Amino acid sequence: MPKFEPVLLANIGKPNSHTLAAYQAAGGYKGLRKVLKEMTPAATIDLVKASNLRGRGGAGFPTGLKWTFLPKDHPGPIYMCINADESEPATFNNRILMEEDPHQVLEGTIISCYATRASTAYIYLRFEYPLCYERLQKAIDECYAANLLGKKILGSEFSLDIYLHRGAAAYICGEETGLIESLEGKRAWPRIKPPFPAVEGLFRKPTVVNNVETMACVTQIAARGVDWFKSIGVPSDPKNPRDPGSYGPKLYCISGHINKPGCYEAPLGITCRQLIDEYGGGVWKGRKAKAAVPGGISMGLLTEAEFDTPLDFAGPGKVGCLGLGTAAVTVIDETVSMVDFLHNTCRFFQHESCGQCTPCREGTNWALRMMERIKAGRGRLRDLDLLLEIGDSIGIIPGSTICGLADGAAWPMKNAIRKFRGEFEEYIRRTNPSGYMTTEAVQAMSVAAGH
Amino acid sequence: MGIVIVDGHEVEVGPQERINCIQAAARAGIDIPYYCWHPGLSVVASCRMCLVETGAKHPETGAITMVPKLVPACQTPAKDGTVVVTTSKAVVENRSRVEESLLLDHPIDCPICDKAGECLLQDYHFEHGQSQRRTDIRPFTSRRRELGPTVTLFVDRCVMCSRCVRFAREISGTRELLVINRGSHEEIDVFPGHPLDNKMSGNVVDLCPVGALGDKDFLYKQRVWFMKNQPGVCAGCSTGCSIEICQNQDTVYRLKPRENPFVNKWWMCDEGRYGYHHVHRADRLVEPRRRDGAALVNADWSALPQELDARLKKAGRLAVVISPFLTVEEAYLLAQMAKKYDPQAVLALGPVPVDGKDEKFPGGFTIHAEKCPNRKGVEAVLNKFSERLVTFDQLLTELDSGTIRAAWVAGGYPKPWIDEATAERFDKLDLLIAQDMFDSPLWQRATYQLPGASFAERAGSYVNCNDRLQSFDWAIRPPAGVWIEGHLYWRLLGRKGMYNPRSVLSEVAAEIIYFAAAGGEVSPVGVDLKVNLLAAGNGATTPAAAQATA
Repeated sequence: MPKFEPVLLANIGKPNSHTLAAYQAAGGYKGLRKVLKEMTPAATIDLVKASNLRGRGGAGFPTGLKWTFLPKDHPGPIYMCINADESEPATFNNRILMEEDPHQVLEGTIISCYATRASTAYIYLRFEYPLCYERLQKAIDECYAANLLGKKILGSEFSLDIYLHRGAAAYICGEETGLIESLEGKRAWPRIKPPFPAVEGLFRKPTVVNNVETMACVTQIAARGVDWFKSIGVPSDPKNPRDPGSYGPKLYCISGHINKPGCYEAPLGITCRQLIDEYGGGVWKGRKAKAAVPGGISMGLLTEAEFDTPLDFAGPGKVGCLGLGTAAVTVIDETVSMVDFLHNTCRFFQHESCGQCTPCREGTNWALRMMERIKAGRGRLRDLDLLLEIGDSIGIIPGSTICGLADGAAWPMKNAIRKFRGEFEEYIRRTNPSGYMTTEAVQAMSVAAGH
Repeated sequence: MGIVIVDGHEVEVGPQERINCIQAAARAGIDIPYYCWHPGLSVVASCRMCLVETGAKHPETGAITMVPKLVPACQTPAKDGTVVVTTSKAVVENRSRVEESLLLDHPIDCPICDKAGECLLQDYHFEHGQSQRRTDIRPFTSRRRELGPTVTLFVDRCVMCSRCVRFAREISGTRELLVINRGSHEEIDVFPGHPLDNKMSGNVVDLCPVGALGDKDFLYKQRVWFMKNQPGVCAGCSTGCSIEICQNQDTVYRLKPRENPFVNKWWMCDEGRYGYHHVHRADRLVEPRRRDGAALVNADWSALPQELDARLKKAGRLAVVISPFLTVEEAYLLAQMAKKYDPQAVLALGPVPVDGKDEKFPGGFTIHAEKCPNRKGVEAVLNKFSERLVTFDQLLTELDSGTIRAAWVAGGYPKPWIDEATAERFDKLDLLIAQDMFDSPLWQRATYQLPGASFAERAGSYVNCNDRLQSFDWAIRPPAGVWIEGHLYWRLLGRKGMYNPRSVLSEVAAEIIYFAAAGGEVSPVGVDLKVNLLAAGNGATTPAAAQATA
C-alpha cells in the first residue's frame, strides 16, 4: 500500500462515522467555525480560488472561478445546488462520502454557501441511493439541532437552509442545467446557454452547481489550508497560463476485472497502472488487462499500452480520451470483446439520451441499432465508418448538441473503434463472411432482419 | 445602426432591435433552415438544423474571430459586428446529417400525408438532405392517435420540435400537450382525460413543420398543391384575423392564419378557423325571387336592377339596414344608394351579434365577443350619412310608427339573426327587399329575396375592433344565382363597368375623415385608422372636416 495518507476518506470505517458526534470528535466543523469567525465571504472565495480546486464532477471547472461568475451585489436569493446525482456508470465515490461521512459534505456545503452568500442549498440526490438519503437527512437534522444550519449559524449573521431532494433516476439529471430543470419540477431537458446558471439558474436566480466530492475538498481546504492542498497533485503547466493544474486528493473508483474493486483516495496524477497495481491489486484471475475506462464510460478508453497515462485533469485528454471525468476506472481484461463493450455502451446512451437535440437522440439510437446488427452477425465494414461519423459529429465540442451527454456517447464509439479497429473488423468478417464488404445504400423498403 | 455580415452580405440591424441570426440572414435573402424555432414561441434550440458558424468583427481592427464550433442561429443574437457563415462545409454537412437523422424513424408516407407539399422535412430534404439512405432501420410504423376533438397525431412523423407543446404552454396557456418517454422513444401526447381541447387548438397543426399533427377538419380533403391561398380577413369576430383562404375551384377547404403583427400575430381561433362551413352549406340561398301576390316567382338577375330601381323610386320613405358583415365599400354604396332614392332615408346598423365575453389568452391573442367583422366600419359610414347612429332597435320602433313604407335589409349573417316576432314588425311595409345567405323569418316576408354573398366571396375592407382597416380580394366565386351585394349597389347607382372596391375605398377615404389613412395603398397587414383620428385632433367625422382633409 502506498504511503499517501487519506484525508477525504479519513473517517471512513470508523464506528458511527456518519454521526455528528463522531465527525466532531475527529475534528469536524473546525474549518467552518474558523471561516465563520475569521473570514469574509470574499476571502473564502479567494481561499478556494487560491487552492486551484477543480470541480470533481467530471468537467474539472475551477470551483473558485465558478463562484466569481455570480453577479456582484445581487439582491438574492442565490442558490447552491449540490449535484449528488452520481449516475456515471461505475462511479460511487460520492456515495461513499454521503453514506459514511455526510457531515464532511455538509460542512463544505455550508462553507461554500457562506462564500457565495447563498441562503438556500439543495442536494439533488439520485433515487438509487436509499442509504445516502437516510443518512444525509439524519445529518441535516443533526446540523439543525446543533445550530450548524438554520438561522444565525453558530452565532454568526449567516443563515442557511439545506433541502435534500430525491431525483427519479435519470442520467441527464446530472447535467447541471438538467438538474436545475428537474429541481424546478420540469422534464430534465438541459437548458441552452447562455445564460449560465451563475447568472440565471434555479428559479431564474443565480445558482452554483457543485459536486459532492468538491464540497468535501472545500471542507479540507478550510481546515488544512491552501498550502496543504497544493502540496498534493500535479502543478499547472508553466507553458499554458490557463491551465489551473490538478491539485489535491481525488477519490478513484476501481471496478471491473480487478482483484480489489473499491473507492480509493490518491493524489491527482497517479497513473492508471499504479492505480490498478498498487490499489486494485492487479487484474483478476491473473489475466492481462486489455483496456480501461479512465473516468466513467463517457470518457472513452485507454488501451493497455496507455496505462501509464497520469489520471489528472489533463492526462487522459492527451491520449484521445475526453478527460478525467469522475475518475472511475473500469478495467477490462483480455477476454472481453470490444464489440460487446461498445454495444453495451451504446445501449446505455441510447437509453439515457434526453431526446431534446436531434443529433444525440437519433445518433445514439442509430448507433445502437447498428451495434445490434453487427452483434447479430450482419455487420458491414462500412458500419464502422458510419459509427465514427456519428461519433465525430455529435456533442458540444462540434457544437451539434446543447449538453455534453452526446460527447459522452461519442467518445466510447470513437475510442473503441479507432483504438481497436482490427478487432471490430475481424469480428465483422468472421460473423458476416458473405456480406461484410457490402457498401451500397440500404433501400428504405427492404427490411433488414433483426430489427 | 449595427451591421451584421451574413455570408459576406452586410445587413443592417436597428439599435433597439433584438433579432437572431436566422432573421438577420433572411434580410440578406439567405434562408437558414429550422424546425423548432418559431418567432412567436420561446427558443429551445433543439432541432439543430439552423447551426451556423459565427464570429465577431473587431470594431477597430476589423479582424474577424470565429467561434471554433457550430452554434444555433436561432439562439445567437445578431448584433453589430456579428459574422454569420451559412455555407461552410461544417454547416452543410450538419444540415445533411440532421436531415438524415430525422428521416431514420420517419415513415416517409408522403403520398398519404396531408402535409406533403408544404412540409419542411420534405423541402429541406431536397435542399439539404442526402440522395441515398444509409440506414437500414425499418421505419414503417404508422401509429395514429387522437389528441382532441380537432387534432390527430401521426406519431411516427413527428420530429420532436416541441413547437406544439410550447404553443399550448405559452400561447393558449392550456398546457394539454407534453412530451412522454425519453430519447428516441419520445412522443407527443396528452394526459388521459385531458384532450387537446381549447379554443386555439387548430394552430398546432399550422405550427407543426411536418405531418405529425393533422387537422381533422381538413384531413384527406385536398392536396395542398391543388389549392390556391388567397389572403383574406376572418369574419368570425371583431378581432379580424388576417387569414389565408385555401380554395380549389371555388371550394374552400380550410382557413389558415396569415402573419400580421398588428392583429393576430401568427394565430387564429378555432371558431374562425372552422367557421367557414356555412359557405358551402346545402341550404345556402341561391334563387332570386319576387313576390307575386301570395306566390314567389323566380326573378332574373339581368332584369332585377331596373325593376328594383323602378320600385324604389316610388317607394316613399325608405329604411335601410346595413349588416356589420358588409364591407366598408358595400356599406358606403348602400348608404349612397338609399340617399339617392330617398334623401330622408333612415339608415340603421344591423343587429350586432354578441356571444359571451371577450377571451384573452396568455400569448396576447383575444377572441372578441362581438361576432361580426365590421361594426366599426359600418358605423363610420353611417355617421357620415346621418346625424345620429340609428340602431336596429330604434329602427324597429320607427317601423312601428308606420311612417316608413319600404325597407332594404342587407343581412349576410352566417347564423340565425332575426326571430319571428321581430320580423313581424316589417309586415306593415309596402316593399321589403332582403339580401341574405340563409332563410329567415324576414326572408319569408320579403317582396324581393336576393341571395347574398359570404365572406369568402366578397372583396373590400373590414375595420376591426382596434380601428385597423384590412382590404382583401375575393377568394372564390359565389354560387350561381348569388350576386355580391356591392355589385348590385354599384349597378343601382348607375356606375359604369364592374364593381371596383378599390375605387370605392378611395372615395370613402376622401369623403370620410375616419378612413383618410386608407386613401393610399393598403398594405397586406392593413392600415391603422386611428393614426388619422389623432391627427384630426377630435376624431370628428363631420362632412366639413372630411372636406377639409379631402
